[in-house]
Amino acid sequence: MSLTAFVTWVILPLLGLGLLITFIRVVRGPSLPDRVVALDLMATFIIAISAVYSIASNEPSYLDAAVVLAMITFLGTVAFAYYLHRRSNA
Amino acid sequence: MRDALIALIALLLLGGTFFALVAAIGVVRMPDIYMRLSASSKASTLGASFILSAVALFFGTTAVTGKVLAIIAFTLLTAPVAAHMLGRAAYFCGEPLWAKSVRDELGGAGEWCKQHERPEELSSTVPDVNADDATKGDRSA
Repeated sequence: MSLTAFVTWVILPLLGLGLLITFIRVVRGPSLPDRVVALDLMATFIIAISAVYSIASNEPSYLDAAVVLAMITFLGTVAFAYYLHRRSNA
Repeated sequence: MRDALIALIALLLLGGTFFALVAAIGVVRMPDIYMRLSASSKASTLGASFILSAVALFFGTTAVTGKVLAIIAFTLLTAPVAAHMLGRAAYFCGEPLWAKSVRDELGGAGEWCKQHERPEELSSTVPDVNADDATKGDRSA
């Protein structure tokens, strides 16, 4: 089995399964911080998927999306945490 | 040599996927937001690092390796900070701990911080002095 086939038929489905499992928590999470944690993990999954997809398609430019996503995710999580903190103090 | 490299790449990919899946299962199955945060931040950092280093080994060029190292360094630096801020915010939101938790290190300190540490007060220490001056000016006038 070539590496491309292995990535396409084993790694990408497993990562997609993890994304779906995490989405259960986004739907079910009882409170807003739960959903923020799950969304953070989903963003990490998308970083991993775009990195793996650059192997599957032999095209390294998909890594640029991963770089940008890693930075945006941190900003988004910090903004959410700040918003939650402000809301709890108000 | 080539086969060994491919085997190493496949092993790294499998390991990274395993850790990412463990993080996902932990986020769904853990009983408490703080445990979910712990599972997600640690395991997902390791999983993403493994998968990204597999990508760097696969392409083997300087540009890709540089990008991968940048992502890994950024993730390693920011994931703990983000997890700490989220946990802190959740604690001050009054998120309950698991019923079987043994110890709450902050204890009543959470309540104390809620009353005494407001962002408005922290950011307005300098303007407070000015406000005092303004009121004094009002009094003298």
